[in-house]
Amino acid sequence: MPRRNDLKRILIIGSGPIVIGQACEFDYSGTQAAKALRSDGYEVVLVNSNPATIMTDPELADRTYVEPLTLPYLEEIIRRERPDALLSTVGGQTGLNLSVELAEAGILDQYGVELIGAKIDAIKKAEDRLLFKDAMRQIGLETPRSKLVKSEAEALEFAERIGYPCILRPSFTLGGTGGGIAYNRDDLVEVIERGLALSPVHEVLIEESVLGWKEFELEVMRDLADNVIIVCSIENFDPMGVHTGDSITVAPAQTLTDREYQMMRDGAIRCLREIGVDTGGSNVQFAIDPKTGRMVIIEMNPRVSRSSALASKATGFPIAKIAAKLAVGYRLDEIRNDITRKTPACFEPTIDYVVVKIPKWQFEKFPGADPTLGTQMKSVGEVMAIGRTFKQAMWKGLRSLETGKAFGSEKLDKNLIPQKLITPTPDRFNYIRFAFESGYTAADIHEMTAIDPWFLEQVEEVIRFQKELARENLAGASRDTLSRAKRYGVSDAQLAQTWNVPELSVRDKRKTLGVRAVFNRVDTCAAEFESFTPYLYSSYESACEADPSDRRKVMILGSGPNRIGQGIEFDYCCCHASFALQELGYESIMVNCNPETVSTDYDTSDRLYFEPLTLEHVLNIVDTERPDGVIVQFGGQTPLTLALPLKRQGVPIIGTDPENIDLAEDRQLFGKLLDDLGIPAPENGSATSAEEACAIARRIGYPVLVRPSYVLGGRAMVIAYDEETVREYMREAVTFSQDRPVLIDRFLEDAAELDVDALSDGEDVLIAGIMEHIEEAGVHSGDSSCVLPAQSIPRQQLDTIADYTVRLAKALHVIGLMNVQYAIQNGTVYVLEVNPRASRTVPYVSKATGVALPKIAVGLMLGKRIGDYTDARGVLPVPQEFVKSPVFPFNKFPGVDPALGPEMRSTGEVMGVGANFGEAFAKAQISAGTPLPEKGTVFISVNEHHKPEAVDVARKFAALGFQLVATRGTAAAIRSAGLTCKVVFKVNEGRPNAVDLLKAGSIQLAVYTTAGAPAFFDEKAIRRSAVTHRVPCITTMSGARAAAEAMAARRRDPIRVWSLQEIHARQKTVA
Amino acid sequence: MPSAILALEDGAVFEGRSFGASAERSGEVVFNTAITGYQEVFTDPSYAGQIVILTNPQIGNYGTNAADNESAHPFIEGLAVREFSSIASNWRSDEATREFLSRHGIPVVSDLDTRALVRHLRTRGVMRGVLSAVETDAAKLVERARQIPTMAGLDLASRVSTAEPYGWDKPVEPCSPSEIVPAAAGTRFHVAAYDFGIKQNILRRLVQVGCRVTVVPAPTSAEDVLALNPDGVFLSNGPGDPEPLQRQVSQVRKLIGKKPVFGICLGHQILGLAVGGRTYKLKFGHRGANHPVINKVTNKVEITSHNHGFAVDPDSLNLNEVEITHMNLNDQTLEGFRHRSHPVFCVQYHPEAAPGPHDSHYLFDDFVKLMAGER
Ligand SMILES: Nc1ncnc2c1ncn2[C@@H]1O[C@H](COP(=O)(O)OP(=O)(O)O)[C@@H](O)[C@H]1O
Ligand SMILES: Nc1ncnc2c1ncn2[C@@H]1O[C@H](COP(=O)(O)OP(=O)(O)O)[C@@H](O)[C@H]1O
Ligand SMILES: [Mg+2]
Ligand SMILES: [Mg+2]
Repeated sequence: MPRRNDLKRILIIGSGPIVIGQACEFDYSGTQAAKALRSDGYEVVLVNSNPATIMTDPELADRTYVEPLTLPYLEEIIRRERPDALLSTVGGQTGLNLSVELAEAGILDQYGVELIGAKIDAIKKAEDRLLFKDAMRQIGLETPRSKLVKSEAEALEFAERIGYPCILRPSFTLGGTGGGIAYNRDDLVEVIERGLALSPVHEVLIEESVLGWKEFELEVMRDLADNVIIVCSIENFDPMGVHTGDSITVAPAQTLTDREYQMMRDGAIRCLREIGVDTGGSNVQFAIDPKTGRMVIIEMNPRVSRSSALASKATGFPIAKIAAKLAVGYRLDEIRNDITRKTPACFEPTIDYVVVKIPKWQFEKFPGADPTLGTQMKSVGEVMAIGRTFKQAMWKGLRSLETGKAFGSEKLDKNLIPQKLITPTPDRFNYIRFAFESGYTAADIHEMTAIDPWFLEQVEEVIRFQKELARENLAGASRDTLSRAKRYGVSDAQLAQTWNVPELSVRDKRKTLGVRAVFNRVDTCAAEFESFTPYLYSSYESACEADPSDRRKVMILGSGPNRIGQGIEFDYCCCHASFALQELGYESIMVNCNPETVSTDYDTSDRLYFEPLTLEHVLNIVDTERPDGVIVQFGGQTPLTLALPLKRQGVPIIGTDPENIDLAEDRQLFGKLLDDLGIPAPENGSATSAEEACAIARRIGYPVLVRPSYVLGGRAMVIAYDEETVREYMREAVTFSQDRPVLIDRFLEDAAELDVDALSDGEDVLIAGIMEHIEEAGVHSGDSSCVLPAQSIPRQQLDTIADYTVRLAKALHVIGLMNVQYAIQNGTVYVLEVNPRASRTVPYVSKATGVALPKIAVGLMLGKRIGDYTDARGVLPVPQEFVKSPVFPFNKFPGVDPALGPEMRSTGEVMGVGANFGEAFAKAQISAGTPLPEKGTVFISVNEHHKPEAVDVARKFAALGFQLVATRGTAAAIRSAGLTCKVVFKVNEGRPNAVDLLKAGSIQLAVYTTAGAPAFFDEKAIRRSAVTHRVPCITTMSGARAAAEAMAARRRDPIRVWSLQEIHARQKTVA
Repeated sequence: MPSAILALEDGAVFEGRSFGASAERSGEVVFNTAITGYQEVFTDPSYAGQIVILTNPQIGNYGTNAADNESAHPFIEGLAVREFSSIASNWRSDEATREFLSRHGIPVVSDLDTRALVRHLRTRGVMRGVLSAVETDAAKLVERARQIPTMAGLDLASRVSTAEPYGWDKPVEPCSPSEIVPAAAGTRFHVAAYDFGIKQNILRRLVQVGCRVTVVPAPTSAEDVLALNPDGVFLSNGPGDPEPLQRQVSQVRKLIGKKPVFGICLGHQILGLAVGGRTYKLKFGHRGANHPVINKVTNKVEITSHNHGFAVDPDSLNLNEVEITHMNLNDQTLEGFRHRSHPVFCVQYHPEAAPGPHDSHYLFDDFVKLMAGER
């Protein structure tokens, strides 16, 4: 069955903003699909609201729409583009659900769009848990007993029958949102309420528990001719009960005999055939009772998934790419395996190494969130490590996580061991290690964790060996000891710690003893055939397969695991850097350890090293590759922290000099630089004691912003309005030292904030974008919406900003990209910080301006001049209005205060494109999942000095036909302006109060500004119930104004969309 | 810890830790790329005379169990792995892998760079080697490796075959309460199975489709087989080179046209020779569980289990007499053919799997249909 020629144009729907449970793995799958289809001569129309993705790059599709992923906008795009088909399976749950909606709304039929990949009934059969269970029963596969309930009563009744614990799962939610485990009646009542609320269809599935069973996943591919292959088997280290997304997972499965594995394989294939996924990749999950071998099927996803991204990286088999080709008619045996070239894609990869995936959590950012791991995914990112053995891979993975904590330095409490083992939390693995060190046996630990004894044995072997190591020392260490240590995956840093010597002396010692890292290839076939793709991982085997070329080459350090503050934006930059290098005739070498990303796709760069981003591993690669240059400015903070140490080892860092990077990072040195330049910054000082801190605070005056030096994503920042808060912060909040002092800045209240991205070649500076934040300073740049071009900033202040930016770039001798954050208070422009690297906003600015900033930046690092790329000077123009808005994970963390502050907490972003600000902002809000209401009641409650403005926006809302309610003071102000406005109690005043109204659903929009002093219970309560009841809650006046404009625009402007290509065509500034 | 050495005839030497028996064994050094099923590999008689490298780096994890044996005892000469598990973790395991192998006197070398070894064999081709947990002088071992006879021309089948005929009626037992194994069909056919090193799962599969099996020794004459008056004759898998098996070839030639014949692996090669074809030695053979084979009749791809070092040359077959039914999509080698005028068919790979995917079980049904048709 060859390529289908009746299709010309294919629509691909992306997965939208990065959220917990749906991250850049779908940028990877979408990008692969788009590339595969275009290389086959199809036109690709691509839609995704997420501007940070590679897939929304204008070069990657024929038409790219960064528009809301909702029916009206999709219909408009389909009406304009008239695609022949819609590929439903590469855009995650979002893409799949939207495809279903489009089909059911009759839009696909109306415009003659064929659904390819998975057909509608197949999707339904797989997604609807009841239909699925019936289907499985019909083909003889067991599923846990269950019942779909619509009420608490029903739930309790069934739970009594199957007994506790039982599993609750809201229908049609992503990553298990709103689900949970009920160990008793009370749990059940709590979870069921949340579950029913969050389920779009208000249904929850109650299910028999198989907690503690072994959990497995198979990645399956099927073509139209019904050829089926298993790409990869995955075994969870954490047994059933911990979401696979939150589990340490291992490929291939380690503890199944062939008989048992084949039983699972047969089951998976039967499942796919029954569900009727006619082409593409699917993911099937199983659980096995470790005592009896009884097997149940948990679920199947009829689409490319997080696990298929992992499986692709783990095996070298590009599932999404192949899935796209199968969807347009190819057979598996008609597609070539591009790693071996000779053999077809119709085979089952076999691997001669072990792959471990470890999730990354960030509960520290969500005080009050429950860190217990369960059936709902809570991790924000993941790392993958490849080793010749499980031990090697596991220990590599642990250091890929970048916990910032030295290995073994975690604070662990003996008394907590049983609890920490029994109740899974992010530090369960640390406690397993600790338990072994503290004399627990594998049997004890298995008892408490239900983790398979084989895995525990592996961990114990390393712990035992580490005890032996502790008895040796560097001088005496034999070649044998060192090579064993490395084969076990023990890092130089860890050895250095054990023997307390500098890390680098361990390195020297082992190199002199000939214990050197070599590199093996990921080749899909365990070396049975020659491999032509340098996709490499380090090991301590006897032979190295890297065989580096003698070409001019540059190495790019990636950004590691996704985390809040450092996500897909940086992967966008790294990938572009790689493309740019290839265009300039350099060999590009990528180093990264995040399996979700496009950068770790073996055909993104000329060479891929799947390795932790630590000094040791990077130096090993440098020793082997001897690159002409290493780029550290695209991977966020991760490579930046390596810049100086690498330079000291003689590694050729290109772009801004590490010394200057350090200068900008070190807030003291940097403060001095600003003084010299006469550029104002908020008054500040740094303290190493509570006394000092208070003294400084008194000097510069409250409120102050307190933070540790060297932070990223604004970790551990606090706005202190009084001495008490400062003292408390110094007491508890952070650990500080002489060389890591606490920084205290004057907090600029009611200041506008701006972000600037600029390019510099050392002499000329091009300002790519001046973004105005919607929220004022104090809300982290990553958490506030912002707009291009700036809307309300006077010309001459913009000029000042441009001037400062140019002078800063020159002073820091920036080569490449730079990001500066400014605040404007009472007409004065202050510099908040300079990041001498690609920033979070680079992809957004690139897409707004049509200028791929990283591409130029790479050129500049290699000696080109800005003039070689563009005649544009000063600030790049933007042809339209572009609003970027953040997306928050609060619905995953019930009980967490969703107030915005200087600490970043958003996981993702969306972009709205409009002919005017209101339209762009409205779209951004829709995409962010917090659409503004079109009618109803607005609740307003603001502090004293916001009253005038409040009256102003109140008038706008009223004009749009909204009712007004306000707390007493605000209401008075509004009424005195002649507007009608109901009064409602504050929460602490009595009832009915704002919260009651929110719960009753009689408020559609809340405008709330804090009374200066730290948020009190009242506001918190309001914000929380706003989140749970999906009511947009605006906490700044600027935000309120923007909302009013947006709502006006919704009324005024029709549903309209623009492709990036047509927008950019209107202005070509770059050659 | 005790060490062991694997020395190859070309002088390459790989050293590691000794696990199984402290013995010294020699043979042809081959590699298998299957991820699961080490126990089936150990006990597959086709591995007689061979030292096996497993590319899956973690071996022994799930121990061993009586039900998964493919014969009475392991047939591999020795085993080379990257890491050998010191424990067995699986609900069906009744003996740790290490004990299992030691008990049968099989040496194991672990902690060596199996990938380098495999790449070596891939480029140089399989060769003779010695695995020793006793001798420490590598040079001596290389010498010994050069002394041992090569596979080519060796009749190993007769060596591993049963001495006496025996009957078999055990069906496939499910490995888990959840495994779907339909009850064995009522016995309708009597099959005489030539044992050249037969795997028990072939016998179980035959019972599964309704056959009563009489297993006969490799040297059994066609006349004696016909005297059993079977409904069909099965030619089993087995070790080594088909060329020296001239006696079996001539017997099989006599059976063609008299009884339905089904051959697997060595059985397929013997049929190839019987219909006048040639066989040749592959550079490094096919050993694994992931080879794509296209069925030219149905035009569907099967993921198949392999274990053979020799193959039938398709160009040597008279295509007026036989029809090629299966080809390997990796290297275009012949995987199966059937006779145009007689009820005879065979495949090079292992439809009984064990280890490997179950995609090709249908071939046993085909055999039954063939026998039914001849009644
Ligand atoms: N019946 C059950 N008993 C115990 N744990 C379960 C059960 N069903 C699911 N789980 C756990 O919940 C996780 C999520 O369930 P799953 O059906 O995969 O939903 P999702 O669509 O979020 O992946 C699984 O990975 C598994 O660990
Ligand atoms: N002096 C200040 N006054 C008001 N807001 C500030 C001040 N300094 C920082 N902020 C706010 O805190 C956020 C984070 O501070 P920043 O220096 O950018 O740290 P990060 O390295 O996390 O980006 C900024 O985006 C800004 O909104
Ligand atoms: Mg799942
Ligand atoms: Mg910042």
